[in-house]
Amino acid sequence: MTGATMDKPHLTRAHARELLHQMQRIRSFEEKCAELYTQEKIRGFLHLYIGQEAVAVGVMQALEPRDGIVATYREHGHALARGLDMGRVMAEMYGKQEGSSRGRGGSMHIFDAAGRFYGGNAIVGGGLPIAVGLGLAERMRASGAVCVAFFGEGAAAEGEFHESLNLAALWRLPVLFVCENNLYAMGTALRLSESEPEIWRKAASYRIAAEAVNGMDVVAVEAAARRAVHSLREGEGPFFIECRTYRFRAHSMFDAQLYRQKAEVEEWKKRCPIRMFGDWAIAAGLLHPDEIEAIGHEVEAEVAAAVRFAEAGTWEPVADLRRDVMTPGEAS
Amino acid sequence: MSEPGQQPTNGTATYRDAVRAGIRDALIRDPRCFLMGEDVGRYGGCYAVSKGLLDEFGPERIRDTPLSESGFVGAGIGAALGGMRPIVEVMTVNFSLLCLDQILNNAATIRHMSGGQFSIPVVIRMASGAGRQLAAQHSHSLEVWYAHIPGIRVLAPATLEDAQGMLWTAIVDPDPVVIFENVMLYNMTGSLPVEVRPVDIGRAAIRRSGTDLSIVTYGGSLWKCLAAAEALAEAGIDAEVIDLRTLRPLDDETIMASVRRTRRALLVDEGWRSGSLAAEIMARIVEQCFWSLDAPLARVCSEEVPIPYPKHLEDAALPQVPAIVEAARRTMGAK
Repeated sequence: MTGATMDKPHLTRAHARELLHQMQRIRSFEEKCAELYTQEKIRGFLHLYIGQEAVAVGVMQALEPRDGIVATYREHGHALARGLDMGRVMAEMYGKQEGSSRGRGGSMHIFDAAGRFYGGNAIVGGGLPIAVGLGLAERMRASGAVCVAFFGEGAAAEGEFHESLNLAALWRLPVLFVCENNLYAMGTALRLSESEPEIWRKAASYRIAAEAVNGMDVVAVEAAARRAVHSLREGEGPFFIECRTYRFRAHSMFDAQLYRQKAEVEEWKKRCPIRMFGDWAIAAGLLHPDEIEAIGHEVEAEVAAAVRFAEAGTWEPVADLRRDVMTPGEAS
Repeated sequence: MSEPGQQPTNGTATYRDAVRAGIRDALIRDPRCFLMGEDVGRYGGCYAVSKGLLDEFGPERIRDTPLSESGFVGAGIGAALGGMRPIVEVMTVNFSLLCLDQILNNAATIRHMSGGQFSIPVVIRMASGAGRQLAAQHSHSLEVWYAHIPGIRVLAPATLEDAQGMLWTAIVDPDPVVIFENVMLYNMTGSLPVEVRPVDIGRAAIRRSGTDLSIVTYGGSLWKCLAAAEALAEAGIDAEVIDLRTLRPLDDETIMASVRRTRRALLVDEGWRSGSLAAEIMARIVEQCFWSLDAPLARVCSEEVPIPYPKHLEDAALPQVPAIVEAARRTMGAK
């Protein structure tokens, strides 16, 4: 919500198309996942990101391939926005060995060494110390790379959140903390769990540069992330962005959503990041409605191909059950 | 090598010196290596293990941390993922419960749940064991909890040579290694090898050969078992003493070969009796050597009580030489 002065997103037509395209990829992928879940193709927990797409897509614009990323169990969007192949992500949802984690992780544990994508962490707050350590490694090597930790506002109640913020600030590590405040920690509303509901203020108390942005506005998120990453690369220490956002779907597929009003959900849906940005881009003359339609077709085809890839995938033989516990050649 | 508890004298090194030498060697040999933990720098380490290292290597590589076990152990795991070779010191095993989440849910698991894409070459050292009257929040032996976890290696060096050599072996291991240093060993004296050699951590060591029964143990209890074996020898019982050295994975081969020879086994473990490492090894002996046994298996473990403060009660709670001797004699059918 501060004015962008540095490293502003440069909104060319191509960039506007890219932002919309990436958000739509996540949305369509996940809508398909929900459908596949009801068909029992995808099992276990499935946490949809729908509604929050602007956060992952906006932040990723500011990153380079050398930067590391730690995400949560609601990470399909981050993985796709980071550039992981959609087919491999879908195969992971199926548990097939062609999946991004060879099927061993599933929906909550998408990893990718090439993309420096360090999961997929399903312990709330558990990824934050890892991000601090990745930042420490970059600092000690003076690599110039940064690390981004994505987490929900629920993590702010965990001790690991506070330990991580303190360490990162104390050691001035190049870590970008991105809090996706969607107002509910599973089913517990922010007002019931935090004495200080303005999460960014907690970071500020650790002397970390911190701000809150409209997480439904992909351009605002990108602008904040670019400012933050610029500051990190300048060696200014960690940065904290609270993205105010909303999850349109249930926490997981088992959630009857007894804890929030339908009217509230409908109200937030009016701020859908994809529709808002699309409408704005048309009004601004950056995109033509035909282009938006074309993006829709393109994404539909990509999702269909991803499903075909996952369907054609294979099950890992049970004989391999104990592999990947220890590094090959080492006894387990 | 002398008995534990003996004061260091000129010309000899302590177990503490051996650990320090191992850390120092790792820092010299590998620039990716660094030490972090509570009070490892300016204070010199809670048990004085890292004394002097800050002056030699500086605050970047001898890194004092706040009291944030989960934060700095997790940071060690992250730094390992990021290409470093961290040695993380946790003051005692009781404090390690604050970072068990990081060790189990991340260090032990990320390799598997990423489909083998990431290895985590982190070394986590911690003190364990009782005997210093530190009462019920600083004295426990929870090695078995860690030995339960697939995805990590668990070491318990009981000698100076192992304390020094295992450090380097752990550093070059691509997977997470947890090292337990028994607090009663830090003052134990002996001589250090001139040249640091990596030690084979895959094998248990027979510290005393014998023919009548196998006493299987690790860590601080090793020296009690060796003392018991001497007492037993006077009574005409020739005990073999096996130092497990590595608690995960267990070296079944060495244990079973010994038990098949002696046909009797006694397990000595400073952990609580229920669900102890001793219990696991007994189960393995029954699975693999049942028909070789001439007597019921026996064990001496800690009493099922939080470790008490008064010396006489602390002593009574732990495996002690007389109890080991007594259990061995019962196993031999002798009174």
